[in-house]
Amino acid sequence: MALLDIRQRTGYLFLAVIVGHLILISAQVNTRRGVPMLEAVTFGVFAEVQRGSSSLIDKTQDSWQNYLALQQVRVENERLKLEVARLQVGLQRERAVAEQSRTLQQLLDFRSSVAFATTGATVIAGGASPDFRTMTIDKGTGEGLRPDMAVIAPAGVVGRVIMPATRASKVQLLIDRNAAAGALVERSRAQGVVEGTGAEVLRMNYVSGVADVKVGDQVVTSGIEGIYPKGFVIGQIESIERGAGEFSAIVIRPSVDFASLEAVLIVLTPPVAPE
Amino acid sequence: MKAAGVFLAIALALALQTTLARFVVGGTAALDLVLVVVVYVALTTGPVSGMLAGSVAGIIQDALSSGVIGIGGLAKSIVGFAAGVIGQQFIVTAALPRFVMFLAASVAHAAVFMGLYVLLGLRTFPSPWAAILSQAAGNAVVGMIAFTIIEGLPGIVERRRMRRRL
Repeated sequence: MALLDIRQRTGYLFLAVIVGHLILISAQVNTRRGVPMLEAVTFGVFAEVQRGSSSLIDKTQDSWQNYLALQQVRVENERLKLEVARLQVGLQRERAVAEQSRTLQQLLDFRSSVAFATTGATVIAGGASPDFRTMTIDKGTGEGLRPDMAVIAPAGVVGRVIMPATRASKVQLLIDRNAAAGALVERSRAQGVVEGTGAEVLRMNYVSGVADVKVGDQVVTSGIEGIYPKGFVIGQIESIERGAGEFSAIVIRPSVDFASLEAVLIVLTPPVAPE
Repeated sequence: MKAAGVFLAIALALALQTTLARFVVGGTAALDLVLVVVVYVALTTGPVSGMLAGSVAGIIQDALSSGVIGIGGLAKSIVGFAAGVIGQQFIVTAALPRFVMFLAASVAHAAVFMGLYVLLGLRTFPSPWAAILSQAAGNAVVGMIAFTIIEGLPGIVERRRMRRRL
């Protein structure tokens, strides 16, 4: 039955017989290069198959890498984004540490330059109310802090301790409207009282109307109030309003940038009030 | 049964071919009895039988000769298949069509056979037409005789039996 089927497919059978003979012939005949024709033809055909399969594999691999594997790339991209974010945070932290180190180094240099006992403290919080210009430092009575101890920075006077706790203290900034310090103009030695305004500037009061003061003169502490050591920078005269009366209204730009304070020194030894 | 008869015919043709070859004038093969058998089988049984007969006979013939095995088989397969197809498509029971069929089959066989050898660069056939035509004519004549004998043999036997009874 099967033979009949084959016999009915004469075309296929004829083709098979022809191909069989060609293979038989090719196995015996050499090409001009001396290679058996069957081997040469087989190799040639198979080489094309290999080329095709290789091309197919390459294209598949290419497609896989360029399209299908993009899901993996997307996951990796997300992971890399997180890594970049983490590194950026780390970099910022390192920068902050470096900046803090620089600030602390300045503070250390400043501390070694002053003649009295001080302790360093870090600013841990700002004021709770905009009406009161205060800040919180990380040192308290445990480190020997007491009320009315002067708080200074390399740039100048910061304020005074007004409420020490065990491990933290509240500091009244010199710009607070209730803060004040004895001051003198460094160049002319004209004396007065520097008071906070609640804003970013200070006001120097009680300066004689005939005193030699100029815009740009540096104002330092006089130490007369017994809190701030004498000679520390408060700021520079920004403007002078000479009135008809006895005193002039002098506006001072503080030398300390209160908005960027990170570390301060607390003067532990109370200054000796000048006689 | 038919296949056995075909194999027997091929074997007989080969035996005759190899035996008679040395008696041929000039040593040239003026006849191809195997080809005659193949064409006869193709015309009487069809293209598949013709092709298979040609394939087997050609390969055996190639194996017995010093040529490349398969070239003769391929040539005879093509000729057997073509003869079978033509035999099915046209009426080739008369003497002349059969003669033409044998003649054409021989020419086609020679063309394929020689063409393959030339194509493969294995042999050259300078001025082959005389040999081809003479072989084709010889094959056609033998084929005609074979047909006549085989078709007439049952009648002859029957007539002899009738004479004996009378």
